[in-house]
Amino acid sequence: MVALLVAATVLAVLPLFLILGTLVVKGAGSINLDFFIRRPVPAGESGGGVVHAIVGTLLMVGTASLVGLPIGIGAGIFASEWPGTRLAQATRFIADVMNGTPSIVVGVFAWTWIVARQRHFSGFAGAMALAVLMIPMVMRTTEEMIKLVPHSLREAALALGYARWRTSLSVVVRTCFPGIVTGVLLAVARVSGETAPLLFTALGSQYLNTDIRQPMAALPLVVYTYANGPYDDWHRLAWATALVLILVVLVLSLLTRLATRSRFDGPR
Amino acid sequence: MALAEAGRPRIQTAGLTLWYEKTAAVRDVSVSFGSNRVHALIGPSGCGKSTFLRSLNRMHEETPGASVTGLVTLDGENIYGPKVDLKRLRRRVGMVFQKPTPFPTMSIYDNVAAGLRLSRQASRPVLNDEVEKALTFAGLWEEVKDRLHASAIALSGGQQQRLCIARTIAPEPEVVLLDEPTASLDPQSTQRIEELLFHLKERFTIIIVTHNMQQAARVSDTTSFFYLGELIETGPTRHIFTTPTEQRTEAYITGRFG
Repeated sequence: MVALLVAATVLAVLPLFLILGTLVVKGAGSINLDFFIRRPVPAGESGGGVVHAIVGTLLMVGTASLVGLPIGIGAGIFASEWPGTRLAQATRFIADVMNGTPSIVVGVFAWTWIVARQRHFSGFAGAMALAVLMIPMVMRTTEEMIKLVPHSLREAALALGYARWRTSLSVVVRTCFPGIVTGVLLAVARVSGETAPLLFTALGSQYLNTDIRQPMAALPLVVYTYANGPYDDWHRLAWATALVLILVVLVLSLLTRLATRSRFDGPR
Repeated sequence: MALAEAGRPRIQTAGLTLWYEKTAAVRDVSVSFGSNRVHALIGPSGCGKSTFLRSLNRMHEETPGASVTGLVTLDGENIYGPKVDLKRLRRRVGMVFQKPTPFPTMSIYDNVAAGLRLSRQASRPVLNDEVEKALTFAGLWEEVKDRLHASAIALSGGQQQRLCIARTIAPEPEVVLLDEPTASLDPQSTQRIEELLFHLKERFTIIIVTHNMQQAARVSDTTSFFYLGELIETGPTRHIFTTPTEQRTEAYITGRFG
């Protein structure tokens, strides 16, 4: 029995090591300073980097976070503080449906509402698609984290004369804050790697562009485009970009660990 | 609170009935709790004593579906009146729960200061002073004075409960409600809390729910016996435990049921 469980565990982590190993083998060689600070070179030439995609991903994920995180966290707090209300129940149901929706559907949605109306692709449309993906994820994790806070703590605050809003924010939310941060970082990591919703919103670009109203490159789009391309140099860049994406997720996970550490672990 | 006033009615109820949805968990209770006394509420599990206690600072209504009919007065003022400020009421009637509930994100100091910071803007030295006073009164100062800014959840269960008592008494409430405060503690910690109650009644009116009859007999001045949602009998603890009027009270305290 134990042997079977061990086998299952090994099989579970094996693909992860294979992915990481392949990416390191194929991609690590192409990662150098140029990769991070140079723009793409014309097709056929070798060298160049993906700074345009790094900037694009940062801008779009940043914008998506600015829009999506407050809405998601706010809705999560509402749903846990007034769990029985119609609004909370409806929001929870829609969020669950949204969490199961393929991200390309969200891309089509953003195309219809933003790209088709403005008649051009833009990083903004991509950011909005990512924000729509983040909201239900963040909402549900926030709600679940708040539900884990013992009811006795809420009662203790109320019995001390705390107003309801103050109880929610300075006792309940504060107690599960590391958990909410974890949810936020996971959502950020998840949308950083999203390709489908960006395909017909941000579109991708060969230029270094900091204007979010224009079409914009992103790391997953670079992987998609370069991996499909005919040049060996592009393939190498695609591998390297994929490796960087994994590393970004890794760094975010480490940040999560740091965030969930109690502030009382060290001297103050 | 001058001791000369001891015994003057502080909290009174009249025809108090407490509901969960359409079920009356406590029925038609009329009782008076005098100032600077320890009042024990005893009775078997589910008899309504905790529900009753929670109606005295209006925590009962925090349970969904709960409602109240009848009257509760604090110094003659109806606490269920339309103009009552709930937050102010709860600062006048503090509460300590069965399980210690220190705020886990706050230090020992901040836990004690939490209630103080709500009621007034105090300067740092004044706040320091009040925190020290409350912790000293709760018998915890010597144990924590060197680590006031360490986590409150690093304390032992008994220390946590004394911290919660310090947090409750720091804003100087008039009445302190305790809901089985020693139920989750070891005998030594229990003894410390019981000793503390004798101190507390010099300044506050204490109402304590306990399922431990020896505890009620040891610490209280008056005892009220609840059974199946009704107040069966109330009176000086000595009488209740030696010559109860009601046959059901006698049956309970002699251990024949409950």
